[in-house]
Amino acid sequence: MLVCWCGSNIAGTVDINTVVEASKREPGVVYATDYQYMCAEGGQAMVRRAIEEHSLTGIVVSACSPRMHETTFRKAAAAAGLNPYMVEIANIREHCSWVHKDKEVGTEKAVVLMRAAIAKLNLNTPLFPGESGVIKRALVIGGGIAGIQTALDIADAGYEVDIVEKSPTIGGTMAQLDKTFPTLDCAACILTPKMVDAAQHDKITLYTYSEVDEVSGFVGNFSVKIRQKARCINSKLCNGCGDCIEKCPAKKAKSEFDEGLANRKAIYVPFAQAVPNVPVIDQTQCLKFKTGKCGLCEKVCLPKAINFEQQDEIIEKEYGVIIAATGFRPLSPERYGEYGYGQLPDVITSLEFERLMNAAGPTGGALLRRSNGEKPKSIVFIQCVGSRAEPDKGKSYCSKICCMYTAKHAMLVRDKYPNIDVSVFYIDVRTPGKNFDEFYRRAVEQYGVNYIKGMVGKIAEEDGRLRVQGSDLIEDTQIFVDADLVVLATAVEAQASARPLGTMLTASMDQNNFFSESHAKLRPVESPTAGIFLSGVCQGPKDIPETVAQAGAAAVKALGILSKDKLIGNPCIAGPDELLCNGCASCEKVCPYGAITYADKEINDHGHRTTRHVAEINEAICQGCGACTVTCPSGAMDLKGFTNRQIMAEVDAICR
Amino acid sequence: MLVDEKGMQEEVIRMSGTEPKKCMLCGKCSATCPPSMDMDVRPHRFVKNVKAGNIEALMESESLWKCLSCFACVERCPRGVEPASLVEAVRLLVIRQQGKNYLTADDIPELIASDEEIPQQLIVSAFRKYSK
Repeated sequence: MLVCWCGSNIAGTVDINTVVEASKREPGVVYATDYQYMCAEGGQAMVRRAIEEHSLTGIVVSACSPRMHETTFRKAAAAAGLNPYMVEIANIREHCSWVHKDKEVGTEKAVVLMRAAIAKLNLNTPLFPGESGVIKRALVIGGGIAGIQTALDIADAGYEVDIVEKSPTIGGTMAQLDKTFPTLDCAACILTPKMVDAAQHDKITLYTYSEVDEVSGFVGNFSVKIRQKARCINSKLCNGCGDCIEKCPAKKAKSEFDEGLANRKAIYVPFAQAVPNVPVIDQTQCLKFKTGKCGLCEKVCLPKAINFEQQDEIIEKEYGVIIAATGFRPLSPERYGEYGYGQLPDVITSLEFERLMNAAGPTGGALLRRSNGEKPKSIVFIQCVGSRAEPDKGKSYCSKICCMYTAKHAMLVRDKYPNIDVSVFYIDVRTPGKNFDEFYRRAVEQYGVNYIKGMVGKIAEEDGRLRVQGSDLIEDTQIFVDADLVVLATAVEAQASARPLGTMLTASMDQNNFFSESHAKLRPVESPTAGIFLSGVCQGPKDIPETVAQAGAAAVKALGILSKDKLIGNPCIAGPDELLCNGCASCEKVCPYGAITYADKEINDHGHRTTRHVAEINEAICQGCGACTVTCPSGAMDLKGFTNRQIMAEVDAICR
Repeated sequence: MLVDEKGMQEEVIRMSGTEPKKCMLCGKCSATCPPSMDMDVRPHRFVKNVKAGNIEALMESESLWKCLSCFACVERCPRGVEPASLVEAVRLLVIRQQGKNYLTADDIPELIASDEEIPQQLIVSAFRKYSK
């Protein structure tokens, strides 16, 4: 029995000496001691010494959560020649000292938890993990800057990567941006070369206009069904000449790439530098699909690439690891009636503003009012639209990028049009990041942007202009600013497809539909589900530099698995007692991993041979969740390392 | 006699059913409030003063009677603070100290007879202000 103080973390609320002394009276305990930091090198050496000197057959460490240091102590035990599964952890920190204030109560509970762990250890048997192979291919879901960077990093290390992107081109939200903070380089100039790199890399395969339909399997051995939606174009034949787009008469669809500020044809590529440069037919807009007449594109296409009969195709592939890189959408500000978005044409979102300022955008980069096409004289920016709100009023988090992109927008306007007055309503200006605050100060000092501390309560149209009614909290007054254009810094929101994908991957999600990381500080790019990694905004709001850094980190973690020939499994898996199994198949139905099958087997029941229908476990697939053991009506299914007898022994020890 | 500011603060928070500590000082309430410019203590500062426990000063403020009880601030507040509910609670403290009902249900027919175009919200609002 080894009791850890965890400095004052445990020792402050639990009387260590009492726990040590009490443990000595438990059956099977031959040695008990304590140490200030059992996880430190000195503590681990002590564990090894204790095992060797006292010829211990098992150890209980009363310390922090097994999630934290179980692996540490198992390694120490193995180093001293003990089977690592003969180690039990009594969690007297998270389950005890951290939740109690009264030392007497804390100590009593610590003794009980220690006693339960000893009772379980007395029934432990040495376990030996199995091995499984690794499929040397990665799947990246999402083809924005995060997915592209992760794919490039994995591919450069020599492994195959597939990117699945639901829109017709890779590039994601970054492709829609004009300039990027804090250096103001143009987004397309730095992104499009990476898009081309990804497309031309011999290790990368792009599946655009495709979605993940189904995922099964486990780390090292995922099988995935990818639905490649019907483009109605034969990608192999298409030479990207664009004649079909030119001739297409259906031009009323709103361009997704231009945030609905411009129209596109029914046959289209989202933007000029799209990768792949292969058009898509929007079947909801195409006259051929709607009326059966037209087919002009087919007539003008010289390589005969148009195929109206094309169907969705299901591609089945296997992967060793999966990286989620699904990115974000800006929240729609329509619900906030005070801004009049959707009713007042000159109230726009930040992403719409990006398109208006972009030289390749719907106005060719000329900043014009939506209502009358005239140049604005005054622009108001409003920050925190939908961010930092109660859950029923918006998003509870800070969207992190809006302060910086608003400063960027304000600066770009003043740089291009020095005669336009620019005001920014803000609650706080948050600029943590390299050269970020300097950037914001430049907007104020060098470009003369007028920052007003306070929020906006109302925007009303008056004589063709917008009257913005807001607070100036420094002056403690209500102010009115006349504007020709109002830009809303809308909150970052997880993609609607993120949660269904999370369910498919059995990856846990937070209350905002962002993917949860395994450890907020120490495992920030890994999902708690083995073999699933997180890249970019799908894990939480972040800017481009952070996204690229995280994308690289996710690639490295994925490579850690891809570079192995075998993965050591978890030996704590289920197994049936074939003599008790009644063949009801309840376990097969509840198993979330599909690890259980049934087979007819000859059973030798005390010399009586019969053929019975019994459960079989695929040991490589079983994750040891225990759902089958609690479902089994005859008590035939048991989980190694957590057998029914062990659990009952723990309960008995607690109730003693 | 010393005034029990702490007790009054607790009473205001209890009556309003809202929590001023949730306020992040964004100023949206004061930006929204129609009579904001006629107030001596504008809505965001009203919330701040409840949080600080300066209830006695608020009981003497004109804002109590300038507030239209339109609840626009409640509707717009991103943090769910409900400034108008806090104003109402402080106002009730004052009315209850005075111990007098300025408006009862019996007064309503006469009120409506005096002006047929009187908006319904005005009567509701008057009840909030002048009766305990």
